[in-house]
Formats: sequence, C-alpha cells, structure tokens
Amino acid sequence: MTIDLAIIWAFIIAFAVFVYVVMDGFDLGLGILFPLFPNKADRDVIMNSVAPVWDGNETWLVLGGGGMMAAFPLAYAVLMPALYTPMIAMLIGLIFRGVAFEFRWRTEAEKNRWDLAFAGGSWLAALAQGIALGAILQGIHVEGRQYAGGWWDWLTAFSILTGVSLVVGYALLGATWLVLKTDGALRERAYRLAWYLLFAMLAAIGAVSIATPFLHIQYAHRWFTFPNVILTAPVPIAVAAVTVALLRALANRLDAQPFVLTLMLFALSYAGLGISMFPYIVPQSIDIWQAAAPRNSQLFMLAGVAVLIPLILTYTAWAYWVFRGKVRPGHGYH
Amino acid sequence: MSWPFDAVDLARAQFAFTMSFHIIFPAFSIGLASYLAVLEALWLWTSREVFINLFNYWLKIFAVAFGMGVVSGIVMSYQFGTNWSGFADKTGPVIGPLMAYEVLTAFFLEAGFLGVMLFGLERVGPKLHFLATLMVAIGTLISAFWILSANSWMQTPAGYSVNADGQFVAADWLKLIFNPSFPYRLVHMVLAAYLTTALVVGAVGAFHLWRDQHLAGARVMFSMAMWMATLVAPVQIIAGDQHGLNTLRYQPVKIMGIEGHFQSHPDGAPLYLFGLPSEAEGKIKYAIEIPKMGSLILEHDLDAPMKGLDTVPRENWPPVPITFWSFRIMVGMGLLMFGLGLFSLWARWRGTLYQSRLLHLFAMLMGPAGFIAVLAGWITTETGRQPFTVYGLLRTAESASPLAAPAVGSSLAAFAIVYFTVFAAGVTYLLRLMAQPPHPGEAGPSSELPARAAGITPAIESVAR
Repeated sequence: MTIDLAIIWAFIIAFAVFVYVVMDGFDLGLGILFPLFPNKADRDVIMNSVAPVWDGNETWLVLGGGGMMAAFPLAYAVLMPALYTPMIAMLIGLIFRGVAFEFRWRTEAEKNRWDLAFAGGSWLAALAQGIALGAILQGIHVEGRQYAGGWWDWLTAFSILTGVSLVVGYALLGATWLVLKTDGALRERAYRLAWYLLFAMLAAIGAVSIATPFLHIQYAHRWFTFPNVILTAPVPIAVAAVTVALLRALANRLDAQPFVLTLMLFALSYAGLGISMFPYIVPQSIDIWQAAAPRNSQLFMLAGVAVLIPLILTYTAWAYWVFRGKVRPGHGYH
Repeated sequence: MSWPFDAVDLARAQFAFTMSFHIIFPAFSIGLASYLAVLEALWLWTSREVFINLFNYWLKIFAVAFGMGVVSGIVMSYQFGTNWSGFADKTGPVIGPLMAYEVLTAFFLEAGFLGVMLFGLERVGPKLHFLATLMVAIGTLISAFWILSANSWMQTPAGYSVNADGQFVAADWLKLIFNPSFPYRLVHMVLAAYLTTALVVGAVGAFHLWRDQHLAGARVMFSMAMWMATLVAPVQIIAGDQHGLNTLRYQPVKIMGIEGHFQSHPDGAPLYLFGLPSEAEGKIKYAIEIPKMGSLILEHDLDAPMKGLDTVPRENWPPVPITFWSFRIMVGMGLLMFGLGLFSLWARWRGTLYQSRLLHLFAMLMGPAGFIAVLAGWITTETGRQPFTVYGLLRTAESASPLAAPAVGSSLAAFAIVYFTVFAAGVTYLLRLMAQPPHPGEAGPSSELPARAAGITPAIESVAR
C-alpha cells in the first residue's frame, strides 16, 4: 500500500496556514484595535505584549507560501496571479506593520506616524487575506496550467464579506489576547470590545456560512445532503457550544479563557472551510492530487517536516513561556 | 492604452528592485549576528564590560536591520508566485523544497530565538541568552546555505530530470543541492556578508575615534573590524577567483559578458580593464587592455584560446554592458577592502591604529563598500545568467506570470513608493543609532538589563581599554 502523500501534505499546509491565522491573527488584531487605544502608555503595553513573538508568528506565512510552492507548485502558480492585487496589498500591509515594531521606539517625533503604519498595515493585511480567501472560495478561472482570468476577478461582494469577516475575527483575537496579557483599565477596555466583537464575529460566521452554499452547488451538496450531513452537522453545533462558553467566560471575567475559546471558534470556522473545499486546492478546477509535486519532492520534505515541526513548536512554546504573564506599563522590553 | 514596457520587463524590474533592497539587510545581518555572538561569548569569557556594552549597542542596530530584512524577505517568497508563476510551476518541485527547508531550519530558528535575544537577557540569564544569540547567528548561516543552493541550482542545474508536465523533478537530491557552483557561491557570499559587516562596524568605530581616540567601545570595535578586513579580504579575493574559474567551466557565456569578449581569441585573450561595451558593434570601444592577461587569469596560460560571444547565438547573450561594469565595480571594491586591511595592519604595527586620521577617514569612506560590492556581485551573476532563469533550460520569458503589463506596472510602482519611504526611514534610524557613541552602561532593546551592566566604574572602564 502506498501512502497518499498529497493528503498528508494538504493537512500540513492547512496546519501551517491555520497556525499562521491564529498566531499572526491576534497580533494583526492588535493593530486593527490600535486606533481605539489612543493612550500612549496603553499602546506601548500592547506593542510589548507581542514584540518578542511577532516575527515567529509571521514565519508561518512564509511556510504556508513556500510549502505550497514546494508541495503543490501548480496550485501556487495558479493562485498567486489570480490573487495578485490582494497578495501585493497584504505584503505592503505587512511591511508597514512589521517595521513599526522597531521604528516606533527609534523616534519620538515620528512615533505617531509609525503607530498609524502599524494600524493601517494590520487593517490592510487582514482585509487582503480575507478577500483572498473569498476569492479562492468563489472559484478561479483556469485554463491548462495557468490562471486565465483578469486581474480584478477577485473583487466581488462575497470576497469583501470574507475580508471584513476576517478583520472582525482578528480583532476579536486581539481583544481576547489583551484580556489575557494585560490588566487594569486596558483589560476593562478589552473586555468591552470583546463583547461587541464576538457578536460581530458570530454575524460574520453566519453571513459567510449562508452565502457559501450559493456560490457553487457542490458546496451546498457537500453540507446538506445525506450522509454528509452527519459529518457536517457537528460543526455548527460545536460553534454554538463554544459561543456559549465564550459568553460565560466574558461574563465571569476568566482572563485566560476567552482567547483560547476564540481560537476554537477559528478552528471550527477553518474546519468548515476545509469541508467546503476538500479535495480541491483551487476550488472546482484543481484538486490536491493534480496539484501535487512529484512524490520524491513531497517525500524529501516530509522527512524534514516530521522532525522539524515538533522541534519548532517546542522552542516557539519556550519563547512564549519566557515572556508569559501580564505585561505592565513601564516594564516593557523597550 | 499602450504601455512602453511589456509585462516580463516590468516583472524583471520588480524583481531586481525588491531583491536589491532585500539583499542589503541579510548581507548585513548575517555578519552582524555572528559578530554579536562573538561579542557575547567574549563578555561571558572575560567579563569585560566593554563587550556587553558593544553587544547592546549593536543589538539595537541588529533589531532594526533584521526587521527590515524579514518584511522585505516575505515579499520575495511570494513574488515567485505572483510575477513568476511559470517558473514556480516548472521549478517548484526542486526549488520549493529547498526554500521550505530554509523556512523550517533557518527562519523559524531565527524568529523563535530572536525575541529572547532582543528582550530576554534578564529573564533567562546569560547562558541561555547566549544560546539564543548563537541560534540566531546559526539560523542566518543556515538560511544562506539553502537560498544559495537554490540560486546556484538556477545557475548550474544538476541532479534533475524533466517530467511529462515539463516540470523539473529531482533525480538526485544531493547532486541537486550541492550543484557545481554552490560551494563557491556559498563561501563567496558568507565572506561577503562578514566583510560588509566588518566595514560598517569599522566605519562606525572610526567615526567615534575621530571624535574621541580614547573611547573604549570605539577602539575595540574598530580593532576587531580591521582584523576582519585584514584577514578576510585576501581570502575573499582568492574565493572570488575560484568562483570565476567555476563559472568559466559551467557558464562560459557569462564570463564572455563579464570580460567583454565579443570576439574569439584563438591565441590568448586580452584583459579589458575598462572600455565601453557596444553590443550593436560587437566590440569594446575605447578599450584599455592588457594583451593575453585574460587567458592568463582564466586559464593560467598566456596563449590559451578563448571563445567569444561570436560563437553564441545573439538571442542567448546576457546584457554585456551591465555584467561588464557591475563586475568591475565589485572587483574594485574588493581591492579597496584589501587596501584598507593592509593599511590598518601597517598602522597597527606602527601603533597608530587608534590615532591615524587618514586610516579613520579611509575606513569611514569604506563603510558602504561592502553593500556596493554585494549588489554589484549579485547583479553580475544574475544578469549574467540571462536570458534564462534556469541556465540554458528555462527562458526568462517562459517563466513569467500570465499577467497584463498594467498589473505588474502598478505593483512595481507601489513597491517603489513603499520601499523608498519605509526603508529610507529605517536607514535614517540606523544611522542615528550609529551616530551615538557606544558608552558604558549601554542599554539594549530591553530596558530591563541586569543591574551589573549599569553603573560602571572608571576602574573597569580602564581595563576595557
């Protein structure tokens, strides 16, 4: 029996993208919420709560992109030109917010400018990622081994919806991260924001879930026909259960729980996306077996992944452990 | 609406532009990470305050430069897909795994330990902190290993076969990774990074010695940097020569472009020192040449016959004026570095290393020389590979994405605006940090340094001298 490497790699890439989404998600979320925290001391605390780890968070994005080129080169070659404008916008957003982490400490006079770059870059990157997701879901015009659409095909009402949804989701992750990592007035503020953002995120999950089956008959078929429904029904049920737990955690002010529960909401939404898309990597045109790199390329990398990913997770966890606990004003790293 | 450039030219311009900006930062941070590891090791070993002060001084600079390297690097890793999807589809199965290994073995290592390196000294203690610094330094070198392997494979492809879809597929991973030009390119680039950093450190040291010859930190950094220039510049010249011989063997047409050999020379080729290459006329105009010297350098034989571009179809020529000139700029910088190394050795022997104004002026002027040499060297090797992305096998025109020129043109314009504003600000902050003299009790990016680094006494200060 031969092992189906394409499926293993689909899970690895999906895992890398998910780790990216949750890890960079909360630090992008902090940027999204930045305009709501005009106080300079608050901003310093917010920045310091992620300064030691943001670079590692972003590395998962490089693994997602680089890994896809390696394991599914055809999908990478089709998706990137199709998502051209959102990708460029995301990269530019990431540049602005990435440099802001260091630059804002290097200048008093221009500090506000880099705070603006941090917020604006985070908004742009999050919106672009959400739009890219919507553009993939709604389908991409492929001929032969190439993208065959125009450079504005990605822009639809649906992709705007997924873009806004991701901004809201990241903002919720950011707010619950602040609940976890700060205290005092800053934490109170974050609690209040988390309430609003949770309802906004539930609305977003609902809207995307309702709109998706209308994009393609295959999506509706996947979710609502028997026996699929036995496997798909637990997803919305679990979303409801996590939501109840999250509401309770927010009401009872259990600082550590909202962040973890929001991660679970993300995981469930992500599983929902996976159910809709599988086994396609470019929906309705290229499946993971068609896109897969030759067996020996996937095998060569699998050896490395099997050893290195656990190692990476270990020392990443150590770095988070070193900087554990609440961040307090005046006790920053800078 | 008609566009003056086609999409492929614009995509090439975008790659050249974003790559040139990007390479500056890793070239500096590879060397600086190793320098920081050495400084911290010296501090742990000798307990001399001057080393931890210098460590913190350069750590702040490293943090800014590293951040700019990361964000400009993410752009590169996505550009293969956005602008070069033909290349990504065809070479993904071989180039992709090399880059995936770079991410897994290098980027994560650097990123995972960077936070502790920058902010964690008092949280984890000196020994674990040194481990973090070491991991970041090793990460930069592993990164150089994989990315130069991938680049070298594009220059001298080996260990591959081609499948039914026209994709390159690995036949032998070891041959593919250790392809013929890789060892030479790796050595040449890592030495270049070390020299680049040494020249920056030397220039900063010289700048502060200019104002205060007795500043302990400035003396130590200047002396260390000048040792690097003295020892590594000659090694780099030898490594570059060997790299050139390797190129002659595997990419002879690139050498024809570099040397400006339009015509074949059956009985000994000249070395053109300077001149104006004219592709239209197929010759070097106003050439200053040393007869037979080209054959002597490349073949170690005055009369060795050398083929010229007249034996190569016109559509396979690299852009001769660019390769010709960028190569000469690189070599010129290398010779100047060698000169600086010798001058400093002489001053050291005379006991005027910290006093010689002329030496300090020379070192300050040489501050950017490493960057200029690195850029010129990369321009030489990359344009010399043209008109192919995978040398001799995949043409650049077949590598591009199916995009309209306005799409590539607007993204190029966007990157140009963003890079010039963001990186200009970053370089300003770097120069501002460098303009501060290193001082006792220097604080790192963390404001919570151990108490022992603060409140230094004059007695310790004199030991540091």
